[in-house]
Order: sequence, then structure tokens, then C-alpha cells
Amino acid sequence: MAGSESKPKVKKKAVPMPKQPPEVRRHNFNEVALGYTEEQALEEANRCLQCPKPQCVKGCPVEIDIPAFIKLLREGKYEEGIRKIKEKNSLPAICGRVCPQEEQCQKMCVLGKVGDPVSIGRLERFLADWERARGFTIPEKAPPTGKRVAVIGAGPAGLTVAADLAKLGHEVVIFEALHLPGGVLVYGIPEFRLPKSIVQAEVDYIKKLGVEFKLGYLIGRTYTVPELLKDEGFDAVFIGTGAGLPQFLGVPGENLGGIYSANEFLIRVNLMKSYDFPDYDTPIRIGKRVAVIGGGNVAMDAARSALRLGAEQVFIVYRRSREEMPARKEEIENAEEEGVIFKLLTNPTRFIGDEKGWVKQMECIRMELGPPDESGRRRPVPVKGSEFLMDVDTVIIAIGRTPNPIIQRTTEGLAVTKWGTIVADENGRTSLEGVYAGGDIVTGEATVISAMGAGKRAARAIHEYLMSKK
Amino acid sequence: MQMYEIVRVEELAPKIKLFEVFAPQIARKAKPGQFIIVIIGEKGERVPLTIAGYDVERGTITFVFNEVGKTTKQLGMMKVGECIWNITGPLGNPSEIKYFGKVLCVAGGVMIAPMILQVKALREAGNTVVTVMGARIKELLFLREEMKALSHRLYVATDDGSEGYKGLDFLKDVLANERFDRCIAMGPVAMLQTVCELTRPHKIPTVVTLMPIMVDGMGMCGVCRVSVGGQMKFACVDGPEFDGHLVNYEELIKRQRMFLPEERLSALLWELGGCKCGRK
Repeated sequence: MAGSESKPKVKKKAVPMPKQPPEVRRHNFNEVALGYTEEQALEEANRCLQCPKPQCVKGCPVEIDIPAFIKLLREGKYEEGIRKIKEKNSLPAICGRVCPQEEQCQKMCVLGKVGDPVSIGRLERFLADWERARGFTIPEKAPPTGKRVAVIGAGPAGLTVAADLAKLGHEVVIFEALHLPGGVLVYGIPEFRLPKSIVQAEVDYIKKLGVEFKLGYLIGRTYTVPELLKDEGFDAVFIGTGAGLPQFLGVPGENLGGIYSANEFLIRVNLMKSYDFPDYDTPIRIGKRVAVIGGGNVAMDAARSALRLGAEQVFIVYRRSREEMPARKEEIENAEEEGVIFKLLTNPTRFIGDEKGWVKQMECIRMELGPPDESGRRRPVPVKGSEFLMDVDTVIIAIGRTPNPIIQRTTEGLAVTKWGTIVADENGRTSLEGVYAGGDIVTGEATVISAMGAGKRAARAIHEYLMSKK
Repeated sequence: MQMYEIVRVEELAPKIKLFEVFAPQIARKAKPGQFIIVIIGEKGERVPLTIAGYDVERGTITFVFNEVGKTTKQLGMMKVGECIWNITGPLGNPSEIKYFGKVLCVAGGVMIAPMILQVKALREAGNTVVTVMGARIKELLFLREEMKALSHRLYVATDDGSEGYKGLDFLKDVLANERFDRCIAMGPVAMLQTVCELTRPHKIPTVVTLMPIMVDGMGMCGVCRVSVGGQMKFACVDGPEFDGHLVNYEELIKRQRMFLPEERLSALLWELGGCKCGRK
């Protein structure tokens, strides 16, 4: 293949990602980023300098050997390339799409000092999509160990733990409370950013590894963690139940009709496919003027979904300024291109309803930035007397999610922090023997890849634990 | 994939059906007051239904529903031997069952069925149980003999007076002459509100079961939020039972109607489609 041996000249510009044009995509739920063609992938892969001391790997939470897979890619060895990724990451098609690479591997790329970093995520996605198109090969599994592990939650952390432990020869059962596996990948992240068929394909791959999925089992209710260990014959348990509880603003009028938590809105749209109502049974009501409260990725997802559902105007209402927005830059730009209007330094103070109990206006107050707070971001302070009214008929509150509490409440002796997260060391060990935890349930709301990293480490620790036990 | 086989179907009253379904993992954990989420197919909605019975040995649970919306109408067409796509549960907190003394149980509509579980459990805990069962018209009353056998005393009421008392006004006299230590109410929101207004002057602790709109039913979406004593509560994880004297019913009624036009459309389109069960 061209360019693999000769020293390449540094190309400062990355090959751009082909995308659906904004005026088209704001009317459909199809994936926005279309993925590199083979030519584009090879061209981008050839930008990689193959550093002898690669910095990118240090930025990857699951330590993928990035230069090695890029080298294989540009040599046309796609099979070997994807296998190299899968040594560390069981869900590359997902990570290639939703990882914040600009904060991780690509942030460390030396090319970033002179131009664009190598588009590592896009290359990962290319290989993963190439593999999915031709069908997965199932890696060899270790002989059965006779040990059984219960994994609670089929989100990024749980799927990773399950895949890794199954490969090591353990019998794994995943208990998922919802009726579909994937966790936040299916209920939270919209179709246009992560097609559900991709999540399904990754889940199918994990099933082929021998993992059993039990759907509609809410651990804490259907079984408790102690019951899994004592009565159901599991040798270890991994808790990956995530941060799935909505937060509300606590201002008057929040229970009016037309006001959704981002979770409700996204669960209806993504998990229940309300955008296909009435073909699908779960309805959604979207008005003409939609305000999304918050500045994170979830807020961007909600705003962009609202546009696609036919809203005329969609506002992001955020209490700080653009610089402090926690959303990925790429997602903010996507939202802006599609026509989402940003109302920054603005905070809702109450909601006003019509006679039927439906929201019709939102009172907001202007904010200004004061000195930095404990998060290091400048604290927003209300400007006295600056209240004003906005006409809205739909409001989506996307100000963060908190840990699911049910396992903590039903597992005696499990140490929990004051924020409701489970106390676990870096290898996922909790205060109880044989009980491990990782992902958002330990860290609070974070990223897909950090949950997968935690899953990787926990799987290693669980394996050691199981093999040391008689 | 696990399927949930229907082992018994009973038509209790017109458009009111009882299903007994094989779901051993739910049967072994279910307690009075808890509910399940039923999904009939891949495109189905998640429907919360209160558990009306469980049998650990048979591995079954029982629930009763009213054929009002698209999903319940479709469910109503299912037969013994057919399977429900997914059932999740048991969800919600179990009822507080202990010795209270004399308990007034008021049940309306389909909620008569789960009230049987409550009455049974309260009796076993040594309580004296006086039960009121009500429906819109006499044809919609069901499980009357069972309820009579379980209760120390049974009153029957209908909205139109076609059977028993007309409405719940008669309770004014009952409450004026007798002291109750607790009241349990399960039924339509308007009924719950009426019962609470009747028990409030007598300061009888009154527990109501709230079943607002739910999606996940396990605390994630927040659509089931209700105002109880001025605080936001989620019916699915904080309830479904609450202190009936503290519930904001006006808000609850409005929130229950949020998707009424869509629900009607969905049911209508399905009926126009000729009640075909051929869902993909």
C-alpha cells in the first residue's frame, strides 16, 4: 500500500468527515456523519507519523495501540487492524462515534501542534464499520472456568465487562432493567449520532461470545445483589447501573405539561422510537418553540432531536457562556449548523402554564460570570431585575443525571458516597467481597469510554479474583 | 429470549380482563402494592399495571386491565398459550402491611382486583377490614363474592346507583359513626380525591395508589412526577402509594391527560386497521 514505507510529508489538514448537509439532516433521524470511504481512510491514516513514543495511547482510557492499528489500516490489513483495536476495546463502532477524541487520544497527537491531529476516532470507526459490513469473526475463547458472573446493566461498562470475562472462559449473565440492551447507548444517545443497529450488532457480537442477556430484570427488585451471590449461584457481581436519574430545576411550574426531563424526552425518542409514532406505540408531543435547558451533550442531543421532530425554533438556554459549555465542540457546531439558537447566560426562574396546564411561557433571568467556583469554571450570578419572558410550548430539562439508587438501597454493607455513587477502587472493588462496580455508578455522569475503561479494569480484577478462589 | 406465557384469561366484566401469566422471577418477589411494566411487542409501549396476585409455586402473576387504549385492546385479544413480549417487575415499593386496627379499603374500577391482595394481607395481619367496591355501573362490578368473603363488611356503590349506594356520599355517615385507623384507596384519581376529602375531617391516615403516566417505571424518566406535600415525588420509585391528604390532585389529573389526543389517535388508527394482530 502506498506511503507505508516512505516517510510521509506532514499534511496539516485532516480529511474532513463527510456529513449529511445541515438543511437535509435537520429533518431526518439518519446518521449525520457518514464515515470515511476507503480512500479517505487511507489518506487520513497516512498522516500518522508513527511516533516511536506515541502520545495518543496515553490519552486513550482503554490504551488501544493506536499507531499499530493505523499502520495496519494503511497497509490495507483491515482484519488485523480491527483485531488490534479489539484487543483493548470490544465496542469500536460505538467509540469511533461517541468518544470525545478531541479530549483524549487526539488531544495528545503531536500533529495537533502544527495542524489537525490525526482523526483517530474516524479511523477506528472506518475499521469497525468495515468489519460489521463483512460479518464478525468470533475470537477464540479460553476453556470454561466453571465460574459464573452476574453483570448488572447492559450499558458501556457492563457490555465491556461481559465481553472480556466471556473471552476468559467465564459464564456471564447480563441483567438489564430495560427491555433492550445498550443502556445509555440505546436510551440516551440519538439515532442520528449512534444508529441503534450498530449497538445491536455489538450486542450480537457479545451474545456470540456466549453471554446471556436477561432483559426486564431490575436488580434490587427482581433479585438483589446478595440473592445473586447466595441463591443464584454467581461467584461475582459487577454493578454498572449508570447515572440514569433525571435532575429538575426546582423552580415553580416545572410539573406543567410540555415540560420533559431530557431523560424522558430521549427515552421516548430513542428507546421507544416515538419519532415513528403511531407505528410505534409511545407518543411524543413537540411544540413549535422548544427550550432546552443545559449546555452538555445531552442538551445538544435533545435540541437536535426536537428539530427533527418538527419544532420551528429550538433554543439552548444555558446559564454560563459558550466557553463553559460541557458539550463536545463538534456537537455544539452540529447543533448550530442545524439551526439551534443559543441563549447563553440565561437561566429559567419559573414556568407559566395555560388553562389546560400546558407550559406557554418561561421566565428567565440574565446571568453574568463571577469568580471561578470549585469546578474551576466561572460561577454564573443572576443580574438583579433582568427577568424577562420567553414564549415556549415545550421545555426539556437537561441539567445532568444522578446515579440509580436501587442497588445501593438493597445491598447491605455496600459503601456509598454522599452523592449516591458506589465506592470502588480503580479496579472496581467495592466494600463487599466479590462485588465490583464501574462506570457512572462510581464516577457520576461521565463518558461512554471512561465507563468502558472502568469495565476493562474491573474485568481483569474479577478474573484474578475468580481464579484465586478455590 | 424469555417469553411470558398467558396461562389463564378471565373476562371479569365487559372489557375488563384478568390475565395469569408465567413469570416465576416476578412471582417469587411480588408483594401487595407493587406493579409491573408490560410490553406487548417490539413496537409496543411500556404499560404499568398493578399486580393483582402471585403464586410462587405456579410461578405466575395475575393482573387485571381495562381495554381502553391500543395496547390494552391488543392485550385483550391475546389467548391462553400466547406470550407477552416482556414483563418487568416487581416495581415500586410494597404496601405497608401490619396491624393498624380497623381499616377502610375503598376500591374502584379495575383496581378492585389488586385491592383483593391488600384486603387479604391486612386480614392476615389481624386487622378488621371494611371494604367498599365501586364501579360506574353495576355491570362493571366484579370479584364481589371474593371480596365479600375476605372482608368483615362489604359495601357496594355505583356512580349511577344501579347497584348498591349511589356514589360514595354514604361514607359520610359511616365515617361519622365509626372510627377507622387507616384508609386505603385504589382507583381512578377522581375517586381517590373524593375518598380523601371524606376521611380528611376525621383525620384518618389515607393511603392512595397513584398510577400516573410512566415510561420506564424505574425512576429514569420522571414523567410520573407528582406533588406530594409540595415536594416532587416519582410515583414509580417513591410510590406508588402516598399520603392521600398531601397529593395535588388537580395537577395529577392534568398530567394524566397530557397525551390524550395521541392515545386516542393510536387506538382509533388501530381499530380502523381492522384489529389485526399482525404486528411486526
